[in-house]
Amino acid sequence: MNSIIFSAIWGIVMMFSGLFSKSKRSLQTFAVVGLILLLVVNTLELNGDHFFNIDLHNMLYFAPFGLLSNSIAFASTLIFFLLSSTDIFETGHNAAEYFALIFFVLCGISIVTSFNTLLMLFLGIEIISIPLYILTGAAKKDLKSNEASLKYFLMGAFSTGLMLLGIAFLYGATPNGSFMLDDIAVGRTAASPLYMIGLLLLLVSMSFKVSAAPFHFWTPDVYDGAPTVFTSFMATIVKTGVFIGFIRLFGDAFGQMQSRWQLFVAIIIASTLFIGNITAVFQQSVKRMLAYSSIAQAGFMLFALLALNNFAKEGIILYAAAYNLATIGIFAVLGKMKDYSFEGFNGLAKSYPGIALVTTIFLLSLAGIPLTAGFFAKYYMLAAALETGNFLWLVIFAVACAAISVYYYFRIIQAMYFKTGEPQQLKVGIGFQYALFAVAVIVIVLGIFPQWLINELYVIYV
Amino acid sequence: MPINYYIFLAVALFCIGVAGVLTRRNAIIIFMCIELMLNAVNLLLVAFSKMHYKALAANQPDAGINGQIFVFFIMVVAAAEVSVGLAIIVMMYRNTHSIDVNFLNRLKH
Repeated sequence: MNSIIFSAIWGIVMMFSGLFSKSKRSLQTFAVVGLILLLVVNTLELNGDHFFNIDLHNMLYFAPFGLLSNSIAFASTLIFFLLSSTDIFETGHNAAEYFALIFFVLCGISIVTSFNTLLMLFLGIEIISIPLYILTGAAKKDLKSNEASLKYFLMGAFSTGLMLLGIAFLYGATPNGSFMLDDIAVGRTAASPLYMIGLLLLLVSMSFKVSAAPFHFWTPDVYDGAPTVFTSFMATIVKTGVFIGFIRLFGDAFGQMQSRWQLFVAIIIASTLFIGNITAVFQQSVKRMLAYSSIAQAGFMLFALLALNNFAKEGIILYAAAYNLATIGIFAVLGKMKDYSFEGFNGLAKSYPGIALVTTIFLLSLAGIPLTAGFFAKYYMLAAALETGNFLWLVIFAVACAAISVYYYFRIIQAMYFKTGEPQQLKVGIGFQYALFAVAVIVIVLGIFPQWLINELYVIYV
Repeated sequence: MPINYYIFLAVALFCIGVAGVLTRRNAIIIFMCIELMLNAVNLLLVAFSKMHYKALAANQPDAGINGQIFVFFIMVVAAAEVSVGLAIIVMMYRNTHSIDVNFLNRLKH
């Protein structure tokens, strides 16, 4: 509750701060202070300090799983601001509003991680989506940005329509007319055709939101067209936030009838991994490649939905952290470049050895090489799927797809270290490099001691 | 009237909306079709709300009320979406002087 209220208030404060201050530096400081505040109040809530005692009619439910994923989202956004806020200023003249919209998105994420009724799920998803449509179209004169924004808007509204129809069917199928997850959970509700259609529609619309194949077709265009900073935000923090909501929805409401939808999810995972990885191989632009790679990574995150056991919960937390950090880092480097093609990375190791090194670490983490956070994240996901006992074929397929992904991630490393070319001039300050190093260190530390993060799930605070 | 009639009507309206989204090329008409989808859902929710009220009113005088509250939330969110969506369409019209969705695909490469 703390983080929901504070992020909404801070969003409004940021909006007005644009009136009083034109200085970029003070805006950035203001945003960073706001995020640190959010992290603090969220941690306090994990400790059991609720600042607000509002009768919520049980509509929101605050568990360590959701709160910890809030913390990951806030920490990732903090890193995102530290690395990329200069790019935000370059996108347009309304920097204060962009920061404000990002805070509103964070408010939506806090709702989506802790909803207890379908009404709150719907509101949370919309509070995430509507500011994102604006951020996607932030470069107003850029036709690609316009196209991305319109496409994202139409697809997002369409999938919201599907989700609402699913919710309405579920409402009709519950005997006591309620949107609460407990009432929807089977046991009290007979699984009528109406109920199953509702479940399927929710599965489809949430797959739309997390860009799982075959509902991924909007992703490459939107991620490619949006300004690079906001692509970074959308592809990481928003995507993992919605994933937590996806898992909470299917875990709490439909967990008892898992056997009836598990096969659908398995098919979605297989096609997501296949399409994401194969198409990423053929891309010429690194930005577009990262869009497809985010689809492929979504395939791995879906394993948590397939399994829904303790491994899966631990794994998705770790996966969210690992994937957020690595992708934000790569996008931050990419945002400083002019040429987004693979050739643009040629010879980067000569002119900027430090940046080339940290980029390599991020790419290794995304590919899931041991000693980086990405390895344990993938390991937990596959272990969770193995524990269910009947998806060995899918695990083998996923490992094969991870091997394919090594090809396109290593293409960048190869370009940086083994190809000579006209080195690009990057406008990077010393602070940027230190921040990037710090992120790389976190990626490696999480790769060696993943339990430091996971144990947070089980700490009982007094 | 049996609830089935309402379900069929709402699903028919919803399918008209989906067909419009998939086949039309004018951004504003696609947009109207999405609104049609949302309103079909509103109709369905109100019908279900009445159904629950009829079934449970004896024990629970406020049965089914949350369905109607949901409808208000959908209306509010749809209004917010309209304001953002129309702004996006206007922004695009300023740059391309067209709101044809096919026009966008030509810009891709």
